[in-house]
Formats: sequence, C-alpha cells, structure tokens
Amino acid sequence: MEYNWDFATIFLNWRVYWFGLQGTLLMFAVTVTLGMFGGLIIGVLRYLKHPLAAWPARTFVEIFRNTPVLVQIIWFYYAFPILTGIETSPFLAAALGITLNTMAFSAEIYRAGIQSIDKGQWEAGKAIGMNFRQTLWRIIMPVALKRVLPALTNRGIEVFKMSTLASVVAYVETLNQAKLIADLNYNPIESYTAVALIFFVVLFPIVQATYALERVLKRGDE
Amino acid sequence: MTELVRTESLHKQFGELEVLKGIDLSVEAGETVVLLGSSGSGKSTLLRCINFMELPTSGKVYLHGKAVGTETKGQIKYNESHLCSVRTKVGMVFQHFNLFPHMTVLQNIMEGQRTVLKRNAADSKEKSMLQLERVGLTDKAGEYPSRLSGGQKQRVAIARALAMDPDVMLFDEVTSALDPELVGEVLKTMRQLADEGMTMICVTHELGFAYHVANRVLFLNDGTILEEGNPQQILRKPETQRMCEFLEGHSLFKLPD
Amino acid sequence: MEWDFTPALNNIDILLLGLVNTLKITGLSLCFGIPLGLLMALSRLSEFRPLSMLAAFIIEFFRTTPPLVQLFWFFFAFPILFNVNMTPFTTAIVTFSIQSSAFFAEIFRSGIQSIDRGQWEGARAIGMTRNQSLRRIILPQAVKRMIPAFMERSIELLKTTTLVSTIAYTDLMYQANDIAQKTFRPLEVYTVVALIYFVLIFCFSQLSIVIERRMARSGEGTVH
Repeated sequence: MEYNWDFATIFLNWRVYWFGLQGTLLMFAVTVTLGMFGGLIIGVLRYLKHPLAAWPARTFVEIFRNTPVLVQIIWFYYAFPILTGIETSPFLAAALGITLNTMAFSAEIYRAGIQSIDKGQWEAGKAIGMNFRQTLWRIIMPVALKRVLPALTNRGIEVFKMSTLASVVAYVETLNQAKLIADLNYNPIESYTAVALIFFVVLFPIVQATYALERVLKRGDE
Repeated sequence: MTELVRTESLHKQFGELEVLKGIDLSVEAGETVVLLGSSGSGKSTLLRCINFMELPTSGKVYLHGKAVGTETKGQIKYNESHLCSVRTKVGMVFQHFNLFPHMTVLQNIMEGQRTVLKRNAADSKEKSMLQLERVGLTDKAGEYPSRLSGGQKQRVAIARALAMDPDVMLFDEVTSALDPELVGEVLKTMRQLADEGMTMICVTHELGFAYHVANRVLFLNDGTILEEGNPQQILRKPETQRMCEFLEGHSLFKLPD
Repeated sequence: MEWDFTPALNNIDILLLGLVNTLKITGLSLCFGIPLGLLMALSRLSEFRPLSMLAAFIIEFFRTTPPLVQLFWFFFAFPILFNVNMTPFTTAIVTFSIQSSAFFAEIFRSGIQSIDRGQWEGARAIGMTRNQSLRRIILPQAVKRMIPAFMERSIELLKTTTLVSTIAYTDLMYQANDIAQKTFRPLEVYTVVALIYFVLIFCFSQLSIVIERRMARSGEGTVH
C-alpha cells in the first residue's frame, strides 16, 4: 500500500494544534486548581473524627475514585442536565467530571500526608497552647504538604492527560484538533503522532522535575 | 604446607580513592588469618577482592596456585561465570547475615547446592542437616530467619557457606552487628571450625579471638599491610605507633597474663 | 422530572454483555502487560546502556502520553503504517497491554530496587549468577511487596478501558451510550452504568486494602 507522507499539513496547520493546546491548557488549569484546592478541604474533613464531616467526605471520595472519569464526564453531559435542568456545555461537563475526580484523588493524598506526620507534632502543638485548627495549619500542614508534593505533581500529570477525555463530548482540545486534521487531510499517522509528541514534550520535563523533586525531598528527610 | 590463597600486589580503587595499595598475602591450607585495622583501612575490601565481590583494579589472586582471570596485554579479564564457580570455593559470611527471608533455614542452606551445584534434593538436604548440626541448630531447620536471634542467624549463614564445601572461608566482621551477649556463640562456632582445620580469613574487632585462635595476624593501615606476625607477639609488642594507637582504642580487651 | 429505571433494567442483559467485554479487555491486557512490564523493567535495569535507555524512553513515552491518544494512534495510524488490520478489540488489547506495561515496569523496578543490596551479595557469595539471584532470591521477595501497587494499577486499567467505547468496541460504556440513545433515558442508563462500575471497582479496591493491611501486619513492606 502506498502512503503519501504528509508532514507539511501538520506544520501548515500549527495554529489548529495551538488552538487545541490552548483548550487543553485551559481545561487543565481550571480542573487542577479547583480539584486540588477542593481536595485539600475534603482531605481535611476526611481526617476529622466528627462523623458529620468524615462520612460525607468519605462517600464523596469513594464515589469519585471508584468510577471511571469518562463515565463521570458523560454523566454530567447527558444525565446531569435532565436531573437539574441545568444545561452543561462540553467544557462544563468535562471540567466537572475531571475536577471532582481530582478532588477525590488529591483528598486521599492530603489525608495520607497528614496521617504520616508523627503524633508528637500534634502533642507539641497542644503543649504550647495551640488549638486543633492552629496546630493543623501551622504545624502539621506545612510539613505534610511538602511530603506529598511529589504525589500531587504526579496527580497533576494524570489530570493533564485526562483532559483529552473532554474530546469525547466534543470539547475543543488538542486531540480533538488532531482528529479534525486527520479527517480532513487523510493523514492519521502524522496528526496522531504529532499529538502524542506534543503531550510528551510538554509532560516529559515535568516528569523529570518530579523525579528530581522526589530525590531532593528524600535527601532532606534523612 | 600447601598454599591455598595468594594475592600479588593487589590494588583496588573506587574512583579517585585508592583503598588497597598493593597487598601481598599468602594463606596456607588450614591456617586462620585475622585482619585487623581501623575502619577505612581496606580490610573488608581485601576480603571482598579475594572472592571477587569486588574486582581488583590490578594485581592477581591465586587459588591453589592458579591465577584467577585471563591476562591479555597486562589487563586481567574476569569471566563472570568463572567467578561464580570461584565463589562456590571461597565461602563468605557477612556482617548483616544476608539470609534469604523468604526461605526457611533449611531452604537457605539448600539453595546454593540446588541452584548452583545442581545437587539433588536428597543429597543437599542431608548435607544441609549435617552443617546445621555442626553449628548446633538442627532444631531450627524449619524456621524462617525472622524468628531467629542474631547469633542464630549468623550461625545459619555460616552453615549456608559451609554447605558449598568451600576450600576457604571469609568472615567479614561477622560479630559487629550482634548484641554483645550473642557474640560468644558465633565465635565459638568459628573457633570450632578453625580447630577442625578449615582455612579461614577473618576481618574482626574481636582481639581475644585473634589472640587465641589466629595463626597469624595482619594489621592493615591505609591500604597496606603495616604489621604481620603471630598474635602473641604482634598483639603484645606492636612495632608501629599506628598499631599501638589501634590497640589502645580496644582497651577493653585484656591480654591474658 | 420522573425517574424511570425500566428502560435501563430491561436492557440489563446488554449492559452485562458490555461488562463481560470490559473485564475481557482488562484481563487480557493484564496477561500481556505484566510480563511485558517485567521485561521492560529488567531492560531498564540492565547494565547495557543502549538497552536501558531505550527501555527508559519507551516507559516514559507511554507514561506521559494520554491513553486516549495512544488508542487513537493504534487504531487510526498503526494499521496504515504497518499495513495490518486492527479491529477495535485488537487495538484495545495492544494499547492497554503496552500502556499498562510501562506502569508495571516502574512498579517492578521500584520493587526490585527496594530489596536490600545484601540479598544480591548473599546470593553472589554462594556462586549464583545475576539471573539466578534475580529469579530465586530478589524477585520472589520483590513481587510480594509489589502486590498492592499491582492491584492499584489493575484498577486504573479497568477504569481506562472505558476509552474503547470511543473506537466502537462494545464494552460497558459503549453499550450504555447505545441504550441511552435508543431509549431516550440517559439519566437512568448512565446512573445504572456508573453504579455497576462503582460496585465492581469498589470491591476490587476494598480487596486491595485488605491485602495491604494484612501485609503491613505481617511486617512486610510495600512499594508504590
């Protein structure tokens, strides 16, 4: 079979990819910010001993950790509007799914971080007259956050990759644009390879930085 | 007497750091040699070069009068599979035992015989039980290492090495990681081995063991052999300032009158 | 708005058929992905530089590109490039085997590296070769520590298989789309499907938590 290599179209259409990448970056920025801040709140609630705080938080985490994110996105796109009467745009549906999913995953990371702190730190806080909230935010959290930083960056990388799922509900992002170019120009090899490379080029340095960060933190711990 | 192990101007470098600066050592069959020296003197490295856990940077190791490795244009090449067979003949016991935690005591001792020597199950089991008897632990055959005391672990490690029928045994600070009250049982086992005529090279800080058991004591300092002689003479009348200081550091040890 | 689950429940057999396909893809991808992951981990740990760098590149590439992009690449680009026929089913198996093997490789690697150096030395001292040490001494200990991470990754894989619906393989997600369209009851259908996924994945993750706890109690370390 004769295949006409066509990389020219890819370069000529760089604006199409760039437009898609902007969509990816927007989706990533929104979901990672809301997801990780929301996750912090859920994670702390999960740590509290009060059943009215811990149980709803636990239920939330279990639901969104134990269902596929694609199911969540589709549910928010097709089912949620019927339930609430609120129309969800592709962006809103995907952002909701990815954000809630990220909240659930990062909540568990924060919780593990808080739990990893030595009990003596809580006692030391108490001993100098701090209340629970003061000890949590001034003594425990600074150390816990530093400890979970690598896990959070890893989660961030997953969130970035997850943004491609928004294409399933026709949100305009990088993969969606690649599909568009492939369909218009009949050059699937070039266009899909290009999108894979774009993700690799963006994420590879971040992954390497995460490894470096892990090493630095490990050394600091010793 | 026949010579069993000999090293010839053995050098070992780790990057810039020269740990061994030309060691000439000869050990005869049945001899017990103790290597003394402060940490960083190169004694452990010397031991690890004899069974090629570390490859010497230059110089040669002879076993039964035959040089290990093949020399081409002044460079000695070591063939890994040949080194494996060398290691079966040169047993080694470590400071931290290095027993296999997922195997019982018996399986630990059988492992090398089965996998490396390809002995059949019955033979290697019989052999293992014999070695366990030698170190006085037959009743622990079915236990996992995590259930043993440090002293017992080390005796199992000795049995594991003995089961390979080595010509010479290397002991690398085998009592350093033990609680003081457990040191005795391991030294007793080693002494018994020496009495049975096993050829042994021991790195240790137990001066009492050196004094009573060793045929010869070597004092290593900064990668060279500084003093050498029989223990009675060398431990009582050290010639060098360095060795005097070293012995003073072990002042807890009282030489018998 | 009124809930009406009858259309969804009437088609439950179709949904369950999709579930079987979901499990089939997950299972087969694990069968290929785990051995492939071990192979890549060993290549990456190899002292032969070109091999270890190649393995590192493949692992990093498949870890940093989105699985949906990989799936599309194998479905649309791969068949033309190599002139082979790729059904949605084979595409799914190929993609998810390779994708998960990259993650399994890292689990294997951290498992192997978590074993104390003394174990290698102990094995070498009784004359074992590198291969014998790895097979008889290191891997049996490492694999035990890796079980929780393995299970976690397998659960991730199960969730990722929903992507095959986008290339029209009839997994649970695809069947859900199909029935939602036909019955005009997306709310109930997608809710039921979400519930099926939830029960399945929740059970698996509870199981992995139990195993991890039991291992922690027996003093066995784990790696992630």
